[in-house]
Amino acid sequence: MATGEYVPHAPGYVDSPGTKVVSSRFGYEDSYTLDRYLATGGYEGLKKALANGPEECHGIVREGTLLGRGGAGFPAGIKWGFCPPEVWPRYLVVNGDESEPGTYKDRLLMELDPHQLIEGCLIACYAIGLSQCFLYVRGEMAIAQQRLADALNEAYEAGYVGKNILGTDFSVDIVLHWGAGAYIVGEETALIESLEGNRGMPRLKPPFFPAAVGLYGQPTIVNNVETLANLPWMLEHGAEAYKELGSETSPGTRMFAVSGHVKRPGVYEVEQGVTTYEDLIYGDDYCQGMRDGHELKMFIPGGGSAPWLFPEHVSLPLEARPVGAAGTMLGSGAIVIMDDSTDAVKACLRVVRFFARESCGKCAPCREGTSWEEKILQRILDGNGRPEDLDLLLDVADNISPGPYPVASFEAEGLDAVPFPPRQTTICPLGPSSVAPITSAIRRFRHEFEAKIGTPVEVTA
Amino acid sequence: MSRLTEANVKIAHEIIARYPRPKSALIPLLHLAQEQDGWVSDEAMAHLAELVGVTPAEVRGTCTFYEMFKLHPVGTYMVNVCTNIACQLLGGEELLHHAEKTLGIRPGGTTSDGMFTLEDVECIAACTEAPCMQVNYRYGVRLSTDDFDEIIDDLRAGRTPDKLITANPGDQIPSHGTLGLTRQHLDPDKAAGIVPPEQVTENPVWLTTTKGDS
Ligand SMILES: Cc1cc2nc3c(=O)[nH]c(=O)nc-3n(C[C@H](O)[C@H](O)[C@H](O)COP(=O)(O)O)c2cc1C
Ligand code: SF4
Repeated sequence: MATGEYVPHAPGYVDSPGTKVVSSRFGYEDSYTLDRYLATGGYEGLKKALANGPEECHGIVREGTLLGRGGAGFPAGIKWGFCPPEVWPRYLVVNGDESEPGTYKDRLLMELDPHQLIEGCLIACYAIGLSQCFLYVRGEMAIAQQRLADALNEAYEAGYVGKNILGTDFSVDIVLHWGAGAYIVGEETALIESLEGNRGMPRLKPPFFPAAVGLYGQPTIVNNVETLANLPWMLEHGAEAYKELGSETSPGTRMFAVSGHVKRPGVYEVEQGVTTYEDLIYGDDYCQGMRDGHELKMFIPGGGSAPWLFPEHVSLPLEARPVGAAGTMLGSGAIVIMDDSTDAVKACLRVVRFFARESCGKCAPCREGTSWEEKILQRILDGNGRPEDLDLLLDVADNISPGPYPVASFEAEGLDAVPFPPRQTTICPLGPSSVAPITSAIRRFRHEFEAKIGTPVEVTA
Repeated sequence: MSRLTEANVKIAHEIIARYPRPKSALIPLLHLAQEQDGWVSDEAMAHLAELVGVTPAEVRGTCTFYEMFKLHPVGTYMVNVCTNIACQLLGGEELLHHAEKTLGIRPGGTTSDGMFTLEDVECIAACTEAPCMQVNYRYGVRLSTDDFDEIIDDLRAGRTPDKLITANPGDQIPSHGTLGLTRQHLDPDKAAGIVPPEQVTENPVWLTTTKGDS
């Protein structure tokens, strides 16, 4: 059905050529109803799973190498295997807290195809014996909550969820849960704390990961919305068909949200690994290039937490390994494109301010450090920067996420000077994430910082 | 006065029954209190504490962590303008400044008629649709300053703005506190059954009975 067009009732989604694993129904205006779902192959994956048995079902997911889409890219089939044997009950918590800057895909999947997500949850619960599922939707997403509530009510009524699903011994409840505004709750242990009714502060890990000790101290699988939304297709078509899409180490497709200074920003589902940043930014079927009269200056390759990339990196394939080798990450599939009109200091400050605002306050280096970073960047931008500010900034960064970051070494060693994934003095990776925009911007655009430090800004009325 | 009404207590019990432990219901219950009053009062928190069996201080502890809960009255409409990176690149800050001027308030402030509270917010997951905002958590996307004025005028006149996206055509924009317009209903006859974790000692039955033979 690929029309190559912006889909008006799915703001942001642009249909594009190629197999659609998770967005195949987005073109229908009633994509979120049970009728449409059943008319387009809905719940067939679940039926196949039930016919094959739980072990075989888990085997298909392992074999298909379903990489987590929440940021870390860990294979779901392997994570599922980490539940300690014979410890019951086990729970499933769906991470629908999408709030990483630039990330826009889980909300579309929840609003436009809630039954696909529900079916994915059922398949996961069936495969590894999870006895209850909690669908944790970000608080601010009222429409997604409403569509999911309607879909769950329909699915219960029709016997797809609840007691003795489709007449089998398989019984599971899916409970819609919703948050109340806190980015940190997207971190899986904070998500569990929040679901227990507490302040959403991360737990220290290791030693215990949620698959072993999670909700109420029980084994708990936390998976991202998009990860689970892949399951119905994978079960229906099999692991082999899934692996024909994408590349060998990153099979399947992914949803990428491309925002910023391109002609046609949008959310695109493309095959991983075989598509490049260049294809997405300049391709006629995708973003159609930079705004007229402007050139690419830099881009965020995988969400606000990811170190930035530059024009020489656009040929990188959209795949975890090569992007990781370039010292950054594919993360949550959020690509923010910035052209030559962008003030690097201002962009850096904006991303840092996000982390300062969202720090949960549990550990000092992050709580104090992120606000110091924001203060220093703000005064540089305001024209009040001091000559020692760049060193000070990097020193604060070093206390959150140990470097080496002396300014000089950026010049000598370039990308290699900055460790990635970041080291951390903190409980979770939020604090260290604030360092990514700083090192990225200073490394490349140090002259912009220095120019601001040397020149007071003109005061306008 | 701000304790939950009888009808809401009934809903509260339904929500609590969906969790293996009552305290898990706390965030949805705080939303219920906010839906009733538009904000979360001390009386409401004390009532929720009774309902889930924790202290009022624990309820306050949870409540104050989350930005969406307001501990004082706010406007009928919460206007949240995104200024995070993707929106900033395409005019999010300009939209915020326009909102400040039009409404005559700074972020955090409420108009004197009690209609609007303005906030500058972090990324709301509509990044390709910059600049964007939410009014009571309904999205307006790719907004010009004229679009913003139109939305405000519509709300002032009691009309549902065309420029805000709802779940179904014709859905109203509810007053602050109400999120989705429908709730999940768990019919006990259709549910698998929800029990505290300590009551589950064995593997789910289907793991041993449905090994590929159904
Ligand atoms: C600060 C922080 C925020 C996160 N936010 C999200 C989020 O909003 N959604 C999400 O799915 N994962 C988020 N994650 C990743 C989760 O911790 C977890 O890895 C993921 O939900 C696992 O699902 P997956 O294996 O299916 O990707 C976040 C992690 C961190 C450290
Ligand atoms: S790093 Fe920041 S967000 Fe993470 S636990 Fe520490 S204070 Fe909280």
